Amino acid sequence: MPSEVTEAAVPAAPNHVLEFPGGYTRSVGPVIGRFLSELRDGRLVGVRTREGRVLVPPTEYDPDTGEDVTAEFVEVGPAGTVTTWSWVARPGRTHPLDRPFAWALIRPDGADTALLHALDLGVFEVGAEAPRFLKTGMRVRPKWRAERTGAIGDIECFRPEVTMIGAPSRLEYRLKGGRAMDRFLEGVSEGRLIGHRCDVCGQVIVPMKGLCPRDGVPTTEEVELPDTGTVTTYAVNNLPDPRAPEVPFVSAYILLDGAGLTMLALVAGLPADQVRMGMRVRAAWRPREEWGRTMANIKWFEPLDEPDVPFDAIKDYL
Amino acid sequence: MRSAPNTDIAVVAFVQSEHTAEDTGLSETELLAPVITEIKARTGLTRFGFTCSGSNDYLAGAPFSFVSALDAVGAWPPISESHVEMDAAWALYEAWVKLRHGEIDTALVYGFGKASQGVPREIATQQLDPYYLAPLGVDQVSLAALQARAYLERSGAKEDDLRAVADRSRRAGRDNPFALHLPDPAAGDGYDVAPLRPHDVAPGADGAAAIVLAAGDKARELCERPAWITGIDHRAEPHSPGVRDLTRSESTRLAAEKAGAAGVEVAELHVQFSHEELILREALGLGDAVRVNPSGGPLSGNPLMAAGLIRIGEAAARVQGGTAVRALGHASSGPCLQQNLVCVLSGEK
Repeated sequence: MPSEVTEAAVPAAPNHVLEFPGGYTRSVGPVIGRFLSELRDGRLVGVRTREGRVLVPPTEYDPDTGEDVTAEFVEVGPAGTVTTWSWVARPGRTHPLDRPFAWALIRPDGADTALLHALDLGVFEVGAEAPRFLKTGMRVRPKWRAERTGAIGDIECFRPEVTMIGAPSRLEYRLKGGRAMDRFLEGVSEGRLIGHRCDVCGQVIVPMKGLCPRDGVPTTEEVELPDTGTVTTYAVNNLPDPRAPEVPFVSAYILLDGAGLTMLALVAGLPADQVRMGMRVRAAWRPREEWGRTMANIKWFEPLDEPDVPFDAIKDYL
Repeated sequence: MRSAPNTDIAVVAFVQSEHTAEDTGLSETELLAPVITEIKARTGLTRFGFTCSGSNDYLAGAPFSFVSALDAVGAWPPISESHVEMDAAWALYEAWVKLRHGEIDTALVYGFGKASQGVPREIATQQLDPYYLAPLGVDQVSLAALQARAYLERSGAKEDDLRAVADRSRRAGRDNPFALHLPDPAAGDGYDVAPLRPHDVAPGADGAAAIVLAAGDKARELCERPAWITGIDHRAEPHSPGVRDLTRSESTRLAAEKAGAAGVEVAELHVQFSHEELILREALGLGDAVRVNPSGGPLSGNPLMAAGLIRIGEAAARVQGGTAVRALGHASSGPCLQQNLVCVLSGEK
């Protein structure tokens, strides 16, 4: 016996086509005609049955009783509620959208029945799973075509009601880091890490601020530190960041050898769950031709093949 | 409707092809011909009081393509003949009505379909309302998935329950020489149209089937243990999926009530999507003791337009084989189980 049929695949080029060029001409009658005419005008209407229910889309008969409907048309929606849905991860040739979308039965406000239409939930890659916010009960509205002809496709699709906005948020600055930072970045642009030693406590501050945060005194004595150090503490980050190689990534406090303060940097070169407090690391510099006056010259810190530093030695640098 | 005693009608023979997922190069008529030849040989009949077929011209894309299938029957001198553009289960219903008139005592019913020549899920779009549904380009699987979602949310059933239906159907199908022999559903299968996965969608197949019905003494003469039709009924619901409760099959419930379906031991259901079995079980009131689709059902191979007739044939085969006293065959038509037929068969009258 042959194996499973793959019917969804687009078959080879047809050698036989069944088609009515220009479409098959159909009269619509007074009820469907009214609905389609209203649709062309950008309105959604239903028809009232003798029992008072509102059918959308309207039919000439009450599907429950078979009786003629009344002549009363009722404007409904245009907002409505999803009563059930299916998710098309790979749109087919006949489908109205070429990116993943939902089919939905939508009960417009004021109607007692539901209308089938496509529900556009935004941009998804082909094959994507349904977004979690797609649920029965979702509130949706039609997206009208600008040019309407009196057909169900005058509604291009439905879209979710607005529940969130992206509030514009942008201010522009011309920042200067200050003289101490300028000097530090000058060093970084040459592949050197420069700090200041405090005259009072003797600790090396890197990057330097021109002040000792412990003693509150100016600092000026430059000390060059190696690009090796110790992870004192770290965090595993699961939200993507353009600076990080992948998700999850690790950001860590690194105590450069000889420094009295830690600096925040990325750690990479090993799986996130293998980073340790006390782990020895070395800066991974970008190629020299890419260097500028920026900490981005160091991509991240990578593990050194050295024993971990005991906790006691770093416990004051967390 | 229960048969009046003077026009008892039975399934006396059932033949089907070995269904294939791929085009084997046979035309629809060539698929059908061996089935007709075999059922004539099995019954010893070459002429029938009435002949009725079910097929779909859209599968071949040729108007009146069903007429050429008559070549397989032999229609000269002219025969009394009819056709339904539906699954052949409805052809069987028409033949049953004709037999009930009492003027004939045999009828040949057949159905055939060649799914491999087109894209069945797109062809099914052409059966939809041309004003509100067909212009959207919505296909059969997408519509079924809407019903599946509605059912899962109403009943609390999970997608694993759908997989279990497919799993059991495929296992049973591998014991059926006429079915496609499909592997167990893969655990990592993605969705076809969510929430339906590929194994939840009956795989279209090329195939054909035939049944001979006979009345009264003629049935006893032709068959050692006729499968008597003790009730048959079909009911339709509104076409638009937006005006009915998709989570239940009221038409099936009503047809089963009219056909007197209580107490069957085996049910062959025209399940084209896994969730339909759960909806149909509920509508038919089938308990856990009832064997459902021991043939594998359409989920193990779905020869379009014959698959519903095959359900009646498979149910009749259980009765004729003595593994069931009462069995049920079900067929469905239209989007989202719109129309349903229930046929109850019994070894006793």
